[in-house]
Amino acid sequence: MNPVLEVQDLSQDFGGLRALNELSLTVNSGEIVALIGPNGAGKTTFFNCVTGIYTPTEGKMFLYDREGSPKLLNGKKPHVITAMGMARTFQNIRLFSDMTVLENVMIGRHCRTRAGILGAVMRDGRTRREEQESIDASYALLELVRLQDMWNETARNLPYGAQRRLEIARALATEPRMLLLDEPAAGMNPQETNELKDLVCSIRDNQQLSILLIEHDMGMVMSLSDRIYVMEYGSCIATGKPEEIRVNPRVIKAYLGESDA
Amino acid sequence: MQRVIKAAIAALWFMVLTLPVLGIKLNTIESTVTWRLDRIALLGAGIFALALIWDWCFSRKARGLAVIRLPRNFSLGSGMAILSERPVLMAGSLAILAAIMIAMPLVVSFYQTNIMISALLYIMLALGLNIVVGLAGQLVLGYVAFYAVGAYAYGLLHQFLGWGFWVCLPVGGFVAVIFGLALGFPVLRLRGDYLAIVTLGFGEIVRLALQNWTSLTGGPRGVGDIPRPGFFGMEMDISASTTYIYYLVLAAVVITIIVISRLKNSRVGLALQALREDEIACEAMGIDITRVKLSAFALGSCWAGFAGVIFAAKTTYINPSSFTFMESAMILSMVVLGGMGSITGVVIAALILILAPEYLRAFSEYRMLIFGAIMVIMMIFRPQGLISGERRRYRITGLHESKGGRQ
Repeated sequence: MNPVLEVQDLSQDFGGLRALNELSLTVNSGEIVALIGPNGAGKTTFFNCVTGIYTPTEGKMFLYDREGSPKLLNGKKPHVITAMGMARTFQNIRLFSDMTVLENVMIGRHCRTRAGILGAVMRDGRTRREEQESIDASYALLELVRLQDMWNETARNLPYGAQRRLEIARALATEPRMLLLDEPAAGMNPQETNELKDLVCSIRDNQQLSILLIEHDMGMVMSLSDRIYVMEYGSCIATGKPEEIRVNPRVIKAYLGESDA
Repeated sequence: MQRVIKAAIAALWFMVLTLPVLGIKLNTIESTVTWRLDRIALLGAGIFALALIWDWCFSRKARGLAVIRLPRNFSLGSGMAILSERPVLMAGSLAILAAIMIAMPLVVSFYQTNIMISALLYIMLALGLNIVVGLAGQLVLGYVAFYAVGAYAYGLLHQFLGWGFWVCLPVGGFVAVIFGLALGFPVLRLRGDYLAIVTLGFGEIVRLALQNWTSLTGGPRGVGDIPRPGFFGMEMDISASTTYIYYLVLAAVVITIIVISRLKNSRVGLALQALREDEIACEAMGIDITRVKLSAFALGSCWAGFAGVIFAAKTTYINPSSFTFMESAMILSMVVLGGMGSITGVVIAALILILAPEYLRAFSEYRMLIFGAIMVIMMIFRPQGLISGERRRYRITGLHESKGGRQ
């Protein structure tokens, strides 16, 4: 098992508030790992630290490259981290809503393409070829998430579930090895959730990447993930396989509270 | 009925408000008071009618109807779409337009040619600002500063070093880029209103510096005796050289349009538009927003620099009063009126805003009043600008029917 993402003793303070407390987490290649916990446990804060939006107070984060050597993520800017192979979706959908579906995915290709201002003005053969490749690759990703019929729609006009799938396609366009999904099933009906589950599995199998997801839908978490980390008040309180987590008394307490009896 | 009452109340309110100003005439020498109630009544009637029309427009807007009923499927945008779907028609209309533009200075008077030159210069400026405001969504209010930098770069380089127009054209653009980057770096973290205020201040700083640094810029006296552009050392009288400058600006505008439309549809252009939509998502998708923002500033100011050099060459005399905030506001209005990011829309808006005041000299006193009213009405009834939703058409390899355009 080669690790892809390794986080050691990560802490994040906001003034006097400790949002993350010495959290350690490892995702191995090809794994689907779930991060669960009650609201406000610090799951999204964790994502923001790992993707470079926040600068963590303490701790080290590594992303392993294809050769298996660790690369430090601390202090890197978000776009550099994305270029290193980490992509994410957002809890509250953040699409480029006035652009078309295809253009949204093409933005994801940005860090894998090179054309500059001069190329854009000259439109030489290389720029045109790169652009066509980017269009075709983006369209292929839309086929993967079954949005190909809507490729020319404005993103804001898409139904909610489709917007979530578009965010996944956009993240995949950056060619990640580590995909972070922040509540991908939020606001979806059971049928959509099931389709999403199949999609996540097929992405893992076809694109050879690891997935770390935050999710509240326990059915999805239990059936999908290889391992689960449970957070409460910024700390990790349990980790293990789904069947272990299901019966872990601390997890049950965190979710349901303690009975006085 | 309710509408009539509302309009009547509005009219009454106006009559009360304007009574002391318009309705009473005091003669302090003879200590007499003249009541001019007829005027107040006229005003009331006018306001009553306007309020009714206004209310009617709003009720149509609320029901999602167009205020002015155009023939079905007719609008500027769809007109463009029809043109772009028929290449022959498009090429034909472009050829006619080109013929008109080329023949213009040979047919119309010297004065008209001069007006067209300034209209074309404003098109260049508006297209440049369109990169920053329309595509990248960075609200810049001091754009005229870069125009001034370009103009003064030519004026001063000629005055002190004797450099000619053709050398100064790229230099002016380059100096403007330097200023653009100088402004861009400190405002990287700002957006929206804060950015607008800082850039507004920047515009004023540049103008005040030009006005007060007398030893370098000549202060309010400005820089004079700037030569018109040369053409292989040919001697030209004023009218010939005006015609020449006209063609020069026309060529510059055509180049600007080509460059900017290519830029808009490129990888860089997409990144700029993504920046306008959502900065955080933009970063997370691997776009270096520092770099993209700075390129937006650099590209925008570059065009203002070119336009400034040409402006200096056209007028042969520049002083700080040509570069006031009014100019920035004017250029920004062209972008907003034309439709953010739309090249055709901005060109049309620039032509309207420059040519209309020139040909409506009779109403020159009311110019700002009409201008303000148009802006307010546009913002309420068509906030997206004259032309919006221009879409690039993509071809997907392996998808035999190439769909595209507006849907």
